[in-house]
Amino acid sequence: MPQFDLNDDSVIVVIGSGAGGGTLANELCQKGMKVVLLEAGARQSFATLENDEWGAFQQLSWLDKRTTSGSWRVAKDFPNLPAWICKTVGGTTVHWAGASLRLQEHEFKTATVYSGVAKANLLDWPITLADLEPYYAKAEDKMGVTRTNEIPGLPGNNNFKVLYNGATRVGYKKVHTGRMAINSRPRDKRLSCWQMGFCFQGCKSGAKWSTLYTEIPKAEATGRLDLRPQAQALQVQSDGGKVTGVLYADKDGKQAVQKARAVCVACNSIESPRLLLNSASSAFPDGLANSSGQVGKNYMRHTTGSVYGVFKQAVHMDRGTVMAGIVQDEAELNTGRGFAGGFELETISLHLPFLAAFLNPGAWGRDFAWAMEQYTNMAGMWIVGEDMPQETNRVTLHPTEKDQYGMPIPNVHYDDHPNDVAMREYAFKKGAGIYEAVGATRTIAVPPYPSTHNLGTCRMSRKSSDGVCNKWGQTHDIKNLFISDGSQFTTSAAENPTLTIVTLAIRQADYIAEQCQKNSL
Amino acid sequence: MGSLNTGGSSEMRRREFLQKSAFAAASAAAAAAGLVYPAPVAEAFAADSWTASLKNLSAHEGETLLKVARHLFPHDRLADSYYAKVVTDLDAEAEKNSDTGKLLRTGVAGLDEGEKKFIALPAEQQLENLKKIESSPFFQKVRGTEVVSLYNNPAVWKEFGYGGPSYEMGGYLKHGFNDLKWLPEPPESASPKPA
Repeated sequence: MPQFDLNDDSVIVVIGSGAGGGTLANELCQKGMKVVLLEAGARQSFATLENDEWGAFQQLSWLDKRTTSGSWRVAKDFPNLPAWICKTVGGTTVHWAGASLRLQEHEFKTATVYSGVAKANLLDWPITLADLEPYYAKAEDKMGVTRTNEIPGLPGNNNFKVLYNGATRVGYKKVHTGRMAINSRPRDKRLSCWQMGFCFQGCKSGAKWSTLYTEIPKAEATGRLDLRPQAQALQVQSDGGKVTGVLYADKDGKQAVQKARAVCVACNSIESPRLLLNSASSAFPDGLANSSGQVGKNYMRHTTGSVYGVFKQAVHMDRGTVMAGIVQDEAELNTGRGFAGGFELETISLHLPFLAAFLNPGAWGRDFAWAMEQYTNMAGMWIVGEDMPQETNRVTLHPTEKDQYGMPIPNVHYDDHPNDVAMREYAFKKGAGIYEAVGATRTIAVPPYPSTHNLGTCRMSRKSSDGVCNKWGQTHDIKNLFISDGSQFTTSAAENPTLTIVTLAIRQADYIAEQCQKNSL
Repeated sequence: MGSLNTGGSSEMRRREFLQKSAFAAASAAAAAAGLVYPAPVAEAFAADSWTASLKNLSAHEGETLLKVARHLFPHDRLADSYYAKVVTDLDAEAEKNSDTGKLLRTGVAGLDEGEKKFIALPAEQQLENLKKIESSPFFQKVRGTEVVSLYNNPAVWKEFGYGGPSYEMGGYLKHGFNDLKWLPEPPESASPKPA
């Protein structure tokens, strides 16, 4: 692996090695560009990943202090853990469960299509589904998404069998083992799925797609990737209307500046706006590329929640894939249900230790202990629904608290919109109904966990006053500064975001390469 | 077996933040006790012998906390030894962190206020008294530690029929991931056969 000089301003600096940054870095390297990839986390391998919930949580998660505010339950139950996302080479693609769905056409234009949603900062994306379709196809091929590219669906586990039977009995039609970026056959020099059940802890077989063992090694093979793990970006430096480089700290806390031709920010939706806000300059007193004031705003985390069903017979939901199972009927737009937007229902499982921590945070006593004793007889599903963007849901810099580098830490503020509440309540009922249809003796509705989907805080917009970046993820204010992660999302849509993040990165790489060739960057 | 990232001041910062939330308190307890796969404990301990191993808490404090632990997550089928493990984990943290020790000691003293010591009260009264203090930092410390300590114990997993890690056996592909028979099989269009 090359080591580019700190003063080499011909390199593209990508910050963050996850679905956005890892993919972008590889795509740029494949096109002949030199990339310095700064990643705050350490590099794991198949050998160091563990089938161990608490251990993996410590090993992979972003645990630097964050604060929360707002009426969301997460602020009460997990005041310093707004998100369960990663600080590791590969980013949150090490932890994710592999669900890979395209956004629907109407979800790109909710301001136009959703009527009657008061007090939401709805905005249409500056791109359409048609614009992304060729890139979605590339992403599905790259990631090996089942039910695309002649890749068979995964075999359903016991948790799926319960979902399938319950869902079809209550009349749902679109029920299957999902479009998953998990090999059902060996593909792309990776094994097929062993049904280990520890998807969230990093896939030790490599069957689940992660940039850690796909994009990054492929980029390294070009000889043009300089990956720097345990390198935490502190500020993006700029000179008037251009970014010039990135100030970062290495694992020993030693700080350096890497000069750059262009900088691509892919730190996930809490750290990306935080980095821009921490990079204020005389030209950008409210934060870099923040002339709109929208940096950090419109934070979305999906309308989530889980439902667990307790049965008289064994399920062993932990055996096999965490999330290869889906009911898609409710993802459609149907305001007859009392809310705009839709939601997916997906199988989910937790192992015993995490079920104890998350089933009902803070609970204790006989009733809780009884629930834990039903572990092997439980099935679980997760709601993934579109939440409404609100300006007041936002990432801001904490007024006083700083991290170990002296940089203000982020606060994440979130209040449910009435549309979110209506959708969640409806989804809880439907989920319970699915399990009751196959004999659940009890169903347990679980409020949202710390957010694993974090979106929207540097959103795309047509007009520069409405958002932070344009249809290429290029910031409106600064030509050589890009947003390359889920912060770009103008709406959250009903679908898990990773496929779209990868898709946008492939497309953004085309644009960056083209601009570089024209010497516009 | 598992391992934890360690190293330098970032580890300390992580622990500081980890102290401050209910969920994170549990996680910090796990880290502090070196807990990833705590060693399974023997089935039956006599009360005397296990309290003898306490380094920081007294035997009385240990016995009291054992009773508290049994009330917090009451599994009648689980022997005292599993709950004793929770107390030894609390004790280990008290050894490292004097604030924890103080919190636990004052907590036990508070429970012992009144005519009888906590451990001498009838179970219903013990539970009542615990409900009264459930928002207290003492209660939350014990609960937050126990939710990890008890349920992250491979011996407890066995009792509950949960299998734990599956990598070593090659996952559940050939070990029953889809062996449920009390519902009909989904069609192949929904759930293709394994390769």
